[in-house]
Amino acid sequence: MISLSSQKEVPPEFRRRTQLLVALVCLVFVFLFGRLLYLQVLDGERYTYLSENNRIRLKKVPGTRGMVRDRRGQLMVDSRPSFDLLFVPEDSDQPEQTLRSLARYLGRPEEELVKPFKDDKYRSPFDEIVLGRDIDWRSVVVVESHQLDLPGVSLRTRPRRNYLDTGMAAHLIGYLGEIGPRQLKTQKANGYSMGDEIGQAGLERRWEEYLRGQAGGQQVEVDALGRRVRVLHEVEDVPGYNIVLTVDRDVQDAAQEAMKGKEGAIVALDVRSGAVLAMVSAPQFDPNIFARGVTADEWRSYMNDRAHPMNNRAIQGQYPPGSTFKIVLGLAALEEGAVQPDTHLGCAGAFPFGNHVFRDWKKEGHGSVDLRRGIVQSCDVYFYQVGNKLGVDKIAKWARALGLGEKTGISLDDEKSGLIPDSEWKLKRFKQPWFPGETPSIAIGQGYVTVTPLQMAVMMSAVANGGTVYKPWFVKRVESLDGAVMREYGPEQVRTVTFKPGTLDTVRNALADVVASPEGTGGAAKTPLVRIAGKTGTAQVTEMKGATVKSENLAYLVRDHAWFVSYAPAENPEIAVAVIVEHGGHGGSAAAPLAKKVIETYLASQGEIQLPPEKEAGQKLARAPMVDDRAD
Amino acid sequence: MVLAVALVCVGVLTIYSATYSITEHRASGLAMKQFYWFLFGLAAMITAATLDYHHVDNIAYPIYGVTLVLLAVVYFIGHSGGGSQRWIHLGFFTLQPSELAKLAIVLALTKFLQYDEPAGGYSLRNLWMPFLLVGPLAVLTLIQPDLGTAIIIVVVFFSIILMGGLRVRSFLALAAAGVALMPIAYHFLKPYQRNRIWTFLNPDLDPLGAGYHVIQSKIAVGSGRFLGKGFLNGTQNRLDFLPAQHTDFIFAVFAEEWGFIGCMILLVLYFAFMIAGLRVVARAKDRIGAILAFGVVSMFLWQAVINVAMVTGLLPVVGVPLPLLSYGGSSMVTMMVAVGFLLSVSMRRFTF
Repeated sequence: MISLSSQKEVPPEFRRRTQLLVALVCLVFVFLFGRLLYLQVLDGERYTYLSENNRIRLKKVPGTRGMVRDRRGQLMVDSRPSFDLLFVPEDSDQPEQTLRSLARYLGRPEEELVKPFKDDKYRSPFDEIVLGRDIDWRSVVVVESHQLDLPGVSLRTRPRRNYLDTGMAAHLIGYLGEIGPRQLKTQKANGYSMGDEIGQAGLERRWEEYLRGQAGGQQVEVDALGRRVRVLHEVEDVPGYNIVLTVDRDVQDAAQEAMKGKEGAIVALDVRSGAVLAMVSAPQFDPNIFARGVTADEWRSYMNDRAHPMNNRAIQGQYPPGSTFKIVLGLAALEEGAVQPDTHLGCAGAFPFGNHVFRDWKKEGHGSVDLRRGIVQSCDVYFYQVGNKLGVDKIAKWARALGLGEKTGISLDDEKSGLIPDSEWKLKRFKQPWFPGETPSIAIGQGYVTVTPLQMAVMMSAVANGGTVYKPWFVKRVESLDGAVMREYGPEQVRTVTFKPGTLDTVRNALADVVASPEGTGGAAKTPLVRIAGKTGTAQVTEMKGATVKSENLAYLVRDHAWFVSYAPAENPEIAVAVIVEHGGHGGSAAAPLAKKVIETYLASQGEIQLPPEKEAGQKLARAPMVDDRAD
Repeated sequence: MVLAVALVCVGVLTIYSATYSITEHRASGLAMKQFYWFLFGLAAMITAATLDYHHVDNIAYPIYGVTLVLLAVVYFIGHSGGGSQRWIHLGFFTLQPSELAKLAIVLALTKFLQYDEPAGGYSLRNLWMPFLLVGPLAVLTLIQPDLGTAIIIVVVFFSIILMGGLRVRSFLALAAAGVALMPIAYHFLKPYQRNRIWTFLNPDLDPLGAGYHVIQSKIAVGSGRFLGKGFLNGTQNRLDFLPAQHTDFIFAVFAEEWGFIGCMILLVLYFAFMIAGLRVVARAKDRIGAILAFGVVSMFLWQAVINVAMVTGLLPVVGVPLPLLSYGGSSMVTMMVAVGFLLSVSMRRFTF
């Protein structure tokens, strides 16, 4: 078989085939050439960008959030250093073993630490696993001292939001939370990224841009495994601005203490400016839970709580004002000339109107009643008649002038406007005219009327300051770290209501007598330290519609809401306080003492009065005159 | 054919530069090792060149037999790497017999096709023998699995028998049958190979998984732009974003560092090599020489084209080395020997 003679000449067709092949090779190479031209020259910029993106990671260090102080400089919220426990499995030869010894050192169940490591399948190499956020001091010491036995375990310091007192003005200050996917979309331009904290409610949210500070960061060059090769660029983080509130920490504390175990709200305003001195909504939530990252269970328990602790009742609770609405009626009646201060109307304990009999809270009646007695004794029949004389539209006109039925405009989210009905509203809402038989209920603050506690405080401030309706505000100024004022806020007038001479005096005197007079319904607010003016109210809740109530709670849930709206000192007002205690019963007994406490605390903090020792004050409260059964 | 030697030398220089850049913190010494392989390959090439290529007639089947045995050995006791079983440990180096298989099939076909073709060309029935020869090689490489090499073996096989005189009509019939069989073949592919085909059709399907290779490689090539990032400055390469950077994706490393200009020079070199190879085919003294030379050229052409097309995202990712550039001793020596044969054919065209 081996013979060179078997070799054949190259056939001519080979030449033809070779030429064809040369052409083919040319074609293929032109094709490759075109591809490279496209990738490298025409589209090269895009790929350069992508390769930079591949190579450079940004490691963010969040800026320390600004502090919050009260109007006298007392600290309310700060940021404290906290430690997160991290673990990088790639740095340990036997990651599981390391975790088990860590668990032993910390005295925690082993599985609890090993589980996140085992579960985290999609982690990219060298990414750290967070084993614990904000771990306690003891754990920090333990980890530090056993550092050598724990390869891959490390601590990261992070500023963490610290609300000094549990629930200190929680609804006003709000809370922080990890930025959500939808927020991220809108906030990306402002430099937020996944995992960042952002104010989710209240002050933390509205003043986010000031409080936030600037995140610092490192531009780190990494390899494909995410290992850092070198730091390319570094930016120092900048702490956020500090905020000074108009809130007084002592007053806030007192109000919170007073509301402990109750449901309801207290709002205290400076009548001369509309500045918020205290705002409590009870029950409260604990913003610190959000600061360390709220667990699903905690969130669920907050959301499912029947008492809705996340709701800010001061601006979102819409209650019938009850007899506190008589202040509006009184002012309206005098202004519109429906009655004169000395006009006497009879009260026989009931007021028949149409085919309905409107009852007074006092069955035997109040006899002959003028405006002062009407307010002091909270005579319903008197106001039924006044209401009828005025008509619903005039009542609505004055109520709205004083800031009811509209949002006050405070810088908090989701404020409710309450409702002041008039004939136009009725026609629009129910396609029905206003029936005169509906007016008497409105006159005593029942029926369709609802208000928020904040609105009532605004209204009381207007009565106290001579008719100016202020927009409530609670941030005094924004300061930089060295104390320079970056922004200052001041009072904002919504409108000034002008009254005829005498109108305000008449009503104010009556309000002072509500507390001071032995026959007044607000005797529980009486204190030798200061003259308080106010009005009690009891809002009926038996009409509460749509609320499904379990039978064992019924007794509590159908109990009336207790109101007390007030200002002090009566002769030269500084502070207005609105209190509502849900299902508290009678305003005179349930709400008035709380208002007194808040007012006393405020005046004491101003140095205007000296508070008696705690025990004596308690005795005073016990001795306070108790009024009739349905006194309001 | 001094041109061929010059080309190989330039090729080796580029290997050297490209492999050198990754040796900084990884795989140190690979470039040196490759250089030794080059020297060894050079010796093998000179041996092959001096050898009268007519001896192919004698050595073709023995080499084929040895390759077949080695592939069988790999199947049973081979060393695994990267998800497949391709290598045999031979003390100081590992052998990849599938590289050898490429050469073996070229030689075996040369032997078979050295005689005049029948009038009107070969029909499929005349070629039962070559099919029998290529079958076991292709199957054994495919089950390693080494789809890339198997594909090269098959396309080189068809290229040679077409050149050797397969009737065009027969070829078309065969191609039609092949297309019809494709769904069945798909059924036998490994899941990762199927993924590659899918991700070729849509690379963004799984950017961190199966699509990673193509995306990163395109980024590397594209970011080189016109002038390149410069020698040793390829970030995609140096920071290990590129997969298999010193073997199958070496072209991406080169493209990132030398840019469009460098790529053009490299492609022109390969192109010149192909054209020169085809000149050898056309001028070969006899049929056996022409077939042998053509076999070598087609081996180079297919590997180079498939590799570059794969790296630039034109074809699905299959493991095909870039001849003379990719790291790998077996590949290097095989290719050098192939060049040796080409030279041998070229040098003997005037002798009788």
